[in-house]
Amino acid sequence: MNQPVNSADIHKAIVEEQAAQDRKKMMLNGVLLLILLAAPFMIYPVFLMKILCFALFAVAFNLLFGFTGLLSFGHAAFLATGGYTTGYLLSNYSGLTTEMGIIAGTLAATALGTGFALLSIRRQGIYFAMVTLALAQLVFFFFVQSEFTGGEDGMHGIPRGELLGFINLEDNLNMYYFVLVVFIACYLLVQRIVSSPFGQVLKAIKQNEPRAVSLGYNVDRYKVLAFVISAALAGLAGSMKSVVFQLASLNDAHWHMSGEVILMTLVGGMGTLLGPVVGATFVVNIEYQLSQGALRDWVDPILGGIFVLTVLAFRSGIVGEVQKFVKKNLG
Amino acid sequence: MSMIFGVPLAVLSGQLLIGIINGAFYALLSLGLAVIFGLLKIINFAHGAMYMLGAMTTVLMFDYLGVNYWVALLLAPLLVGAFGVAIEYFLLRRIAGQDHIYSLLLTFGVALIISGVLVNWFGVSGLRYTMPDVFKGGVNLGFMFMPYYRAWVIVAALVVCFGTWFVIEKTKLGAYLRAGTEDSQLMQGFGINVPLLISLTYGFGVALAAFAGVLAAPIYSVTPVMGSATLITVFAVVVIGGMGSIGGAIITGILMGVIEGLTKTFYPPASSAVIFLVMVLVLMFRPSGLFGKEA
Repeated sequence: MNQPVNSADIHKAIVEEQAAQDRKKMMLNGVLLLILLAAPFMIYPVFLMKILCFALFAVAFNLLFGFTGLLSFGHAAFLATGGYTTGYLLSNYSGLTTEMGIIAGTLAATALGTGFALLSIRRQGIYFAMVTLALAQLVFFFFVQSEFTGGEDGMHGIPRGELLGFINLEDNLNMYYFVLVVFIACYLLVQRIVSSPFGQVLKAIKQNEPRAVSLGYNVDRYKVLAFVISAALAGLAGSMKSVVFQLASLNDAHWHMSGEVILMTLVGGMGTLLGPVVGATFVVNIEYQLSQGALRDWVDPILGGIFVLTVLAFRSGIVGEVQKFVKKNLG
Repeated sequence: MSMIFGVPLAVLSGQLLIGIINGAFYALLSLGLAVIFGLLKIINFAHGAMYMLGAMTTVLMFDYLGVNYWVALLLAPLLVGAFGVAIEYFLLRRIAGQDHIYSLLLTFGVALIISGVLVNWFGVSGLRYTMPDVFKGGVNLGFMFMPYYRAWVIVAALVVCFGTWFVIEKTKLGAYLRAGTEDSQLMQGFGINVPLLISLTYGFGVALAAFAGVLAAPIYSVTPVMGSATLITVFAVVVIGGMGSIGGAIITGILMGVIEGLTKTFYPPASSAVIFLVMVLVLMFRPSGLFGKEA
């Protein structure tokens, strides 16, 4: 009769360890939250909002790339669609409250994402990357030629307006906390998605797609859904970005932007929750630092160099490497 | 003047000619991509940068060393090809066993570095390259005016495309290549130096892009950013044709150039988008591509 006692003990130990880990995680998250809440009093809030918008963009991208294994080279299209839609609506319909504009931008990106997804999942691997890149180029041409986007000049003077009709977003602190709340909500949503049974299937698809098919999963449906969620969140990031900066430009639709979000995710650590956030913070900071100094003309080649270096030497990214280190030395 | 669908014949055939020339470039570039894909199983995101390097090398060698067009036609692809071999040897080889997505991202980073550095040196405005005297002028074909250089581009591109097809499909070296595509381990077992074959293949594919760059130098604006937009179009062409066959890549390239030229004649606003729209249609109705074997 030893065995049941033993297994109960083991079970208890596992539960305890799990609880200890959860406590550690809670502590870490709590500290991060405190930092984020206090940050606008030490750092320029608009810069922080830029980081949060790009972090959300990267988190959205990572859901598709890091967890489902689909490399989209066209995510700029969703960022720009969100931004332009929100910008256009808020600039032309003064009756709209800000959140309505943002929701509309997100919906537009979701619709576009559905179209992208249905077409691109017909091909796999590198073809998938090429298809998304080409589709995003089509969207780019559309924005270049459309009048409402302001073409090469971009869309300027988008009003920040009032949230729910009574919170003045012209105030940077109000704006910051709004962006922070949206960001945290989306982060928790992605965390929830990844750990749900749906998320497990996504990971299975990433690891071995034929196997997932043979287990009876309708892989295409999972891929489309992951793509659409990712596009929606990317659009939301773009919508918020256009409100924060009060402008939307072709830069957001350019393939360069699609490359940048890949870099953020890769540098931070693909397939980890915190990775894209760290990566976005890193890339936005590096771009800012470089643009201030003597190397301001060398941003692109330096980003390219970071790309090459990351792929060659740190494929698990900053967060991935830290996790490995912790596991090896402290775990 | 005779009209076709309300468009003067001369305008139509002029646009058609430009279409065929653009198509020749698409064919050369997608051919290089297909060759590299065959053995390395990667999409070379640095292909546009290599095309640009071919054109830039031609202009710079002429400006600083007085190297003429004909020498450049040989030398630029050789130099760029050697550069490609170095990239394969020092970078791509290190991640050979990893997921192909990583090599794609690596070449993307390489492209960013190359074009970024050149933008710093030369800016984004176009460099001028004077056309060799032989090619000045043209011939009146009765229904249209055919500049000599444009005729030369078509001939040269077709010859190189056909030559590549011949080497790969009909010679022993090509047989090695195709066998390496099927099973590189077995090839290694037969005593073929597969790593060398891979280096040379990458170098050759890249040299094809550089050759296209030399051809482009006298007629297109030569800038450090000329490659990126072209490359995305070529990706669409590759998706349309599928990379399964060399011949397919060539035919699709020229076909897409012609379709683009026709669109420019009949409905100009859609001309930059039409190839991407064709891609969408192909994905809807024939997802594996016109000549593709695999999904």
